[in-house]
This record gives sequence, C-alpha cells and structure tokens, in this order.
Amino acid sequence: MNLAITLLVAIAIAAIIGTVLQQNEPYNNYIMKFGPYWFEVFKSLGLFNIYGAPWFLALLGVLLVSTSTCVYRNTPAIIKDMRHFRLGVKEKSLRAFHHVDEWQAPDSAASLAESLGKRLQLRGYQVRHKQHNGYQMVAAMRGGMGRLGYILSHVAIVVICIGGLLDGNLPLKLAEMNGDIKVETRDLPVSKIPAESTLGIENSSFRGSVNIPEGSRGDFVFLAMRDGYLLQKLPFTVALEDFRIEHYPSGMPKSFESDLLIIDPELKEPLRKTISVNHPWVYKGYAIYQASFSDGGSEMQLQSWSLDNPTAEPLQIDAVVNGTQRLATPRGEYALEVIDFKPFNVFPADEESGKKFRNYGPSVIFKLRATNGEAREYVNYQAALMVDGRPFLLSGMRSTPSEEYRFLHIPMSADGSIDRFMRFLAKAQDEALITEVTQQQAATDLAMQPDNPMYSQFVNSMVGLVQLFITEGIDAVVTVAEQNVPEERREEALSSYIKVVQGVLGTLYVDLLREEGVDVSSGINEAQALYFDDALNAFSLIGPYGSPVLMRLQEYKHVEATGLQITRAPGQNVVYLGCVMLMAGVFFMFYLHHRRLWIRIEENEGRSSVLFAAAAHRERSDFDKEFETLCADLRHNSNSVLSRI
Amino acid sequence: MSVSSEVMQSEFDTTPFLKRLGAFDWVWALLVIAGSLFTHNLYGQLMDGYEVGILYGSAVGLIGLGWGWKPLRGFSLAVALISLAAIGLYGAELARADTSFFLKFLISSQSAIMWMSALYVMATATYMFALAVGSDFSGKVASAMTWSATVMGTVGLMVRWRESYLLGADIGHIPVSNLYEVFILFSIITALLYLTYERRYNNRAIGAFVLTVISAAVGFILWYTFDREAHHIQPLVPALQSYWMKIHVPANFVGYGAFALAAMLGVAYLMIDRRPEGMLAKRLPSTEVLDDIMYKAIALGFAFFTVATVLGAMWAAEAWGGYWSWDPKETWALIVWLNYAAWLHLRLTKGWRGRPLAWWAIVGLFVTLFAFVGVNMFLSGLHSYGTL
Ligand code: HEM
Repeated sequence: MNLAITLLVAIAIAAIIGTVLQQNEPYNNYIMKFGPYWFEVFKSLGLFNIYGAPWFLALLGVLLVSTSTCVYRNTPAIIKDMRHFRLGVKEKSLRAFHHVDEWQAPDSAASLAESLGKRLQLRGYQVRHKQHNGYQMVAAMRGGMGRLGYILSHVAIVVICIGGLLDGNLPLKLAEMNGDIKVETRDLPVSKIPAESTLGIENSSFRGSVNIPEGSRGDFVFLAMRDGYLLQKLPFTVALEDFRIEHYPSGMPKSFESDLLIIDPELKEPLRKTISVNHPWVYKGYAIYQASFSDGGSEMQLQSWSLDNPTAEPLQIDAVVNGTQRLATPRGEYALEVIDFKPFNVFPADEESGKKFRNYGPSVIFKLRATNGEAREYVNYQAALMVDGRPFLLSGMRSTPSEEYRFLHIPMSADGSIDRFMRFLAKAQDEALITEVTQQQAATDLAMQPDNPMYSQFVNSMVGLVQLFITEGIDAVVTVAEQNVPEERREEALSSYIKVVQGVLGTLYVDLLREEGVDVSSGINEAQALYFDDALNAFSLIGPYGSPVLMRLQEYKHVEATGLQITRAPGQNVVYLGCVMLMAGVFFMFYLHHRRLWIRIEENEGRSSVLFAAAAHRERSDFDKEFETLCADLRHNSNSVLSRI
Repeated sequence: MSVSSEVMQSEFDTTPFLKRLGAFDWVWALLVIAGSLFTHNLYGQLMDGYEVGILYGSAVGLIGLGWGWKPLRGFSLAVALISLAAIGLYGAELARADTSFFLKFLISSQSAIMWMSALYVMATATYMFALAVGSDFSGKVASAMTWSATVMGTVGLMVRWRESYLLGADIGHIPVSNLYEVFILFSIITALLYLTYERRYNNRAIGAFVLTVISAAVGFILWYTFDREAHHIQPLVPALQSYWMKIHVPANFVGYGAFALAAMLGVAYLMIDRRPEGMLAKRLPSTEVLDDIMYKAIALGFAFFTVATVLGAMWAAEAWGGYWSWDPKETWALIVWLNYAAWLHLRLTKGWRGRPLAWWAIVGLFVTLFAFVGVNMFLSGLHSYGTL
C-alpha cells in the first residue's frame, strides 16, 4: 500500500513537470531556452515528451502491476467477507466488539429471534438465523456492495491503463528503436516521403492530422513525432467538397464545418457527410474530427511597385499562398514567399466611430527573403484605409514574428492610385534635382554665391541630409544630430535639419503640382498641404521599411483548407468501460458502508438474555449513531424489562 | 452519547422512504416537474436531445435533493421566482438593464452578483464575530446572509444565462464558460455544501473558516470585474459549444467546492489542535468530528471529481479527437485526482487521521487552485479559453 501511495504521488509529480515544461516543441526552441548542455540532459531524460518517456511508462506499468496484485490479494477476502454472515461467532469475541449492548427480555428465544430479525430486515439488513445448542444466533449484514466498490475502482485503474496502452504509440517507439521506422524531419511533398517514414493501414492506433484544401483529397495523415512526423496511410480517401466558416462580429470564428466525401474502394458509392467541431464522423473505426482550418492556397494578383525606380511600370505577379517566386530588383534577387491570405481583418474600432469592431478588408502576408537568407515579413491591405477622410495604402513590416508590425501609410490620390506618390518619391530620390534645389535655396535664402568657400560644403551637407532622410528615414537623421551636435543644441539643430528637408522636398512638391497643372501662384490649399505631410511621413519610413518593392493586392481567389484530425483508438471503449467501473466503484466505496450485526439470544427459565453486537467495515462516526438507534429500536421491540446493564 | 429525539423519531419509523414523504414533498416534486416542463416548452427549440435529457435529469436530481435536504426547496423557489421576475422585466431587450429600476439595482445578473459578493463578505465577518463572541444569534444572522448571498449568486447566473441569449441567439450559452463565471459557480457550490454540513452538525463556527475561502473567491471576482472587465458576456469558441459543458463543469465544481471546504476544515482542525484549551476548541466541533467531516467532504469531492474528469475525457474525445491529450488542464485534473486518491489511501488503508491529513487537505486546496486558475494563468494548451 505504501507503494500505491508513493506511486500516486510520483506520477502526479512527473505529470506536473510535463505541464510546466512545454512538451513536444521543435528541438530548436529547447536549445534556445536551455542551451545545448541542458538540452542534451533534458533530452536524455525524455523531459520533452515525458508522457511517452520510458521511465514514465514504467511508472504506469508499476501502478498497473501493483494495483492488480493488490486487487488480486484483497479480492478473495473481500468477496468472502461480503457473503458470510459469521453465524458462528463466539460470545467472547462478540463482547470484545466496540459496539455491544445487552438486555433481558420476557419472550422465548425463538420468537424474539423472529421478531428482532424482522425488525432488522425492515431496516434494510439481510438476516440469517442459526439455532446453536443453548442459544439462538441472528446475524445481519448491510452495504456489502461497498466492499465491491474497492474491487471495481481498482480493477478500473487496471482496465484504464490497459486501454490507454492499446491507444498509446508504444509499438511505434519500439519499431523506431529497431530502426524499422524513421521520423522524418524535412518538409517534403507527400510523394517524396521515404518508405521508412510511412505507416501502412495495418497500424491499429494513431492520432494524426491533415489539411485538405477545398476541392482536393487525401488518403493519409501526419503523425507528429517529437521534432518530426510520420506519414500514416488510410484505407480510404477523404475529399473536401466545401468548407464553411461563420464568424462573430468580433471576427472570432463562430462555427466551421466541412462537407466531406469518403471514397472507399470497398464502396460502390462514395459517402457524404458534414462534420463540425464537436460532431465527428466515425467510419470503420476511424474517427474524423473537424480540428482547424487554414488557407488552402489562395490565388492572387500582386502589383509590384519598385521603390528604387518609382516611376517604372509596376510588375504584375501571380502569387499563391505557400508559393515562392524569384524577384529581380536593383538591390539583388529576392524570394517572395506568400505565407497567408485573409479575406477580412476585424479589429476593435476606435471609440468615436461608435461601432465596436472595424473590418480592414482583405490582406496578404508575405516574406521577402534576400539571397543571404535574411527575411522580413510584410502584411499588405488591399482596401484604402481612411484616416480623417484621407485614403491610405496600408503595409506593415516586421523582421521577426515576435515583433509588432510597423505600418507604412502611403497617401493615395482620390482615385485610389499611388502613381502620384511614386512620382513625388522619384523626385525626392533624384540627386541632381535635390542638388539643384539646394543650390537655389543657398542662393535665395542665404544669399550665398558659388564662390563662397562654405558654398559647396553647405550644398553637399544639405543634399546628404535629404538623401539620408529618403534612404534611411527620420531616425537616421536624428542619429546624425546625436553624433554631431552637443546635447544642449541638439533640439534646434534637429528642427533646422527638418526645416531643410521640408524646404527641399516642399520645392519638389510644388514642382510636382505645377507639372500636374495646378496653379500654385496663390500658395497651396489645405488638402495639398496635408498630402505633403502624409507623403513626408511615408518617406521617413520607406528606409526602415527595407523592401525594394511595394506590393499592392489586386484580384484574389480565396481557397480554404479544412484541418482534419483522424484517429484510430481501439482502446477507447476499454477505457470507457474502466471509467464506468471507476465511477461506480468510487460511489460504492463512499456511500455504501459494510455493517454487520449479531444478536445472540440465550433462553433460561422463560426469559431471554439478549447480546447485541455490531461492527462496521470502517468505523465511521455515523455508525455510532446508527448503533444507538438500533439498540433503542431492538430493546423497544423486545419489550426489554431490564434497562441497560 | 445520546441521540436527539428527532433522530430517534426518524430512525424509529421504518416505513419505506417514499411512503414517509409528506404532502409538501409531493408538492415540491410537482413544482419542479412543472418548472422543467415550462422551461422545456419555453426554450425547447434551443435544446438538442441531450440537453433535454440534462434538463429532466437535473429536475429529478433536484427533487431528490429537495427531499433529502429540505432547505433546498425554499432556496430553489426563491431563485426561480426572482430569476423569472428578472427575465420578465427584460422582456426581449437587454437595454432594460439600465432603464428598469429592479434590474439596474437588484437583479440584473451584474447587480445580483454584486449583491452576492457583498453578502458573502458580510456573512464572513458576521460568522467571525459570532465565533469570537460565541453569539448564537449572530451565527443565525450569518447563515441567513449566506443563504441570501447564494440565492443572489444563483439568480445572477440564471439571469446571465438569459442575458447571453438576449445578446444574440448564437451567443447564448450556460454561464460556466470562463473564469469569471465559474468563480461565481464555485462560491455558490461551496456555500451550499457548507450549509448542508452546518445543518447536519448544527454548528455555525465552521462558517467563519469556509466563508473565508468564498470571500477570497469574491475578491477575485471583483478584481476580475473592475480591473479586467471580465464580466462582459463573451461568445463561445466552437469547441465549447456542446452539451457536455453543462455537466462537465458543474460536476467539476462540486469537486472543487468540496475540496475547498475540506481544506478550511483542515485549518480549523490545526487551530484547535494547537490550542486544545482555547476558545476555538470550545466553540468548534471536536477534532474527531472535524476530521470526519473533512473525510466526508473529500470523499464527496473525489467522487464528483472522478465523474467530472471522466466526462471531460469523453468531451475531449468528441471535440479534440482524443479522450486524453495530456493537455495541461487535463493533466492538472489528473494531478488533483491522484493527490486526493493518495489522501484517501492514507486515511482508509493506513488509518492516518488528524494533523497530517489536515495539512495535506490544505496543500490539496492549493493544488486544486492551481488546476483551475493557475493553469489558465501560466500554462497554455487546448483549454486556453478562459485565460486571464
Ligand atoms: C489511481 C489509483 C487509485 C485510486 C484512485 C484508488 C482509490 C482508492 C480509494 C478511494 C480507496 C478507499 C476504499 C474504501 O473506501 O474502501 C482505496 C482503497 C484501497 N486501495 Fe486504492 N486506489 C488506487 C490505486 C491503488 C493501488 C495501486 C493499490 C495497491 C497497490 C491500492 C490499494 C488499495 C487498498 C488495499 C485499499 C483498501 C481497500 C479496503 O480496505 O476496502 N489502490 N483506493
């Protein structure tokens, strides 16, 4: 028994470790968390998959064995105890009981035995009589089933463990140890997955998952194994006809369901059924669950604007989610990896809008990977985002998934085009133009002539400043100020820098307006001024944005994929049987108390002396009470003449 | 040891249970049946077969409990009437919560829950006072407060249930779906369990201890409401949209409540155990009785927790595609269960009693606490709704 308790506690502790330490993550995460040394230690202890670790299974094994032996040892005694009434108990041992009472009664032993026996029966006791020579013995018993509770609950433990074992992946582990199977860690197309990483349909228990895009099919699932996976074949093909998802106003999924088709060589007609969360489909012992959903390879057209040559015609790119393609740019070749597509994006709306949520419309998420492998992640929204009534094109950037996106707001023209912005950007990038403008400013504002010794230095630094702003953004300008100007004069220096940049770009902007045929003789209007500010804000971020191109999402075709979990668990019903036994057993144990009563009646000259004794399997305080009332009752019914001795 | 005449009477009369029931018992039964029929045809179109089963199942359970524990009837009737009043006042529009006086200040779920919180805290103070000065009267007052707090809490949940449907038929669900809601459930169930023992052992001194836990829960509810705005009704993620929730969660909380009760008895036990001559020792039940109630509470908790865990496994099999995934919440349920299994073995097979088990029961409460709050706070997993 000590063993039992130790086991229970030991398993509990092991289980705790397993919850504190994230299980079955990619090994790299662990290496990053614990460093190579501890990683190896933990790995060898199987801490990354405790519940499959040999020592943990061993613990369960010991529990199984010890419980069975324990039941095996106790059961015969308990059964015997449940069935025997112990009519032969000696008077001495009766008197030794904790609950004893005795009294005298006028009636004959036989009749008394009769009536008291009845009395006990009325109280739900089973009663047996025996005529010994010289005295009558009445033995009664109740709640024997309580003892069965122990057997039930403990056998249940064994049954559950066995059921669990049937469903566990122990066989796989063994096969792996023998080298019969090998966990695949590369991500390969299914057709390329080697045979030693593929499991046939004979594998009787597994739990795998697979994503099936709308309109396609599969006859396999992937079993996640530590840092890799195995391919599990199915004896039938599952096809996804249609996937539907509904959302709450908050954008949170409300329900999703899949119209599935099972194509089984053994069937003339394919089977059709719709599954949803909490409503699986069980076919031939394979259970198919609606587990998740994802993008199934949405197709879209992207318009790629060069940020190095803004006035060039944008390229049309046909992209598909999870697809990759090469992208030649002045900064070298990039790989465009489309990660995800969202048909809508709901976020909490700001207060004044009155509405709780706001839909930002479709978006595409992609990575641009340079040849050196470095990649930045971008999210681009298709629809114009209105801010104070002005339309912007929204694109977010981050260098690691853990960061928040930093958003670039590109001001659009009323017609939703960004050509104008690009033309302005082109001017701002044009060194010759900038130089020209600065020279003019030097001449007009500062009345500085080219022969002035400061002249060229002044012009160069101004040009440098503007270029810095355009290519690396406002932060770079600030850094320059921090490096070159002492603390106390930094403020004003910075503001003068910014004035310069604004001055130069302002002049370019006015040129732009002129070219567009706007009459600027009487200054520019509010809207034009705002556009200028917006454009400058955008410029100041284009550097950090770090992309050679700006992608605009055009047409798209949304394709969804259903995430199915397909399992085979022959042990499930065994486990359920065990569970039922466990529940029954536990209630029996606690709510049926095994109690025994004995009434020994000895008759001499027409009087009977009654000896009443009782015992409960576990002396519970309630039993004292019951005994009291029993005594009172029995005395009362044997109209005892003498009160308690 | 003498037997109170009342017990004598009941024990003396050996007529079968059903025959012993009086007119009132049958009125009670009829009321409950009527009530569930009423509910059925009022909301029947929102229920699936299982839920109808659960409805009538709980009706039968309620009748039985009401027969075994008379005070439950008054309680249920109060809850039913007040909740119906609130639902009536709402009619079909949630906005009434701010316009109708009674809803605004008394029985909209939010107000009802605030009343519950206030009353529980007051009850705790009163129980402590009663214990300190040994005043029987204030003890009775404390019980009354506890009863009314429990009524208000239950009303709060009932009305919240309705409110969720007023938010939108597709949002409606039984209010046991997140930490905020289950903490209310926890307070109510713990209180009810305590009240049964209070009557059974006819001693109010334990109240000071048990209500302390409830007040702690109330503290959490208030923080959660005012700091985290957690009282807003949230729609359910698909995995939670199942009849299983209606049985799995309540079963769990009978377990949690019982364990909490046991732990506080453990505290009481240790306090008198330390100073056997002290004032507490005079006013609290004897250590033997405490020890016995502690066992009963843990036995009850263990039984229900076993059922709850099994139900959980069955639900998991349906929602996640496996009856056991070693998901943190699942695993912690197992840990709690093993912990009390060990406790029971120590007591029932090794014959341990008293101090060590009292300590163990207290530690058990922290294990339990972690299983139902800690996991959501610190660990992620399939259960990671109801996160803080
Ligand atoms: C998870 C595993 C287990 C659980 C939940 C469990 C539960 C229980 C419970 C609740 C009792 C109280 C029985 C009563 O009130 O009569 C009990 C009794 C007992 N258990 Fe276990 N048990 C477990 C494992 C074991 C193991 C592994 C052993 C032996 C190695 C064991 C041996 C016993 C014995 C001998 C008793 C006393 C039976 C009696 O006197 O009626 N149990 N168990």
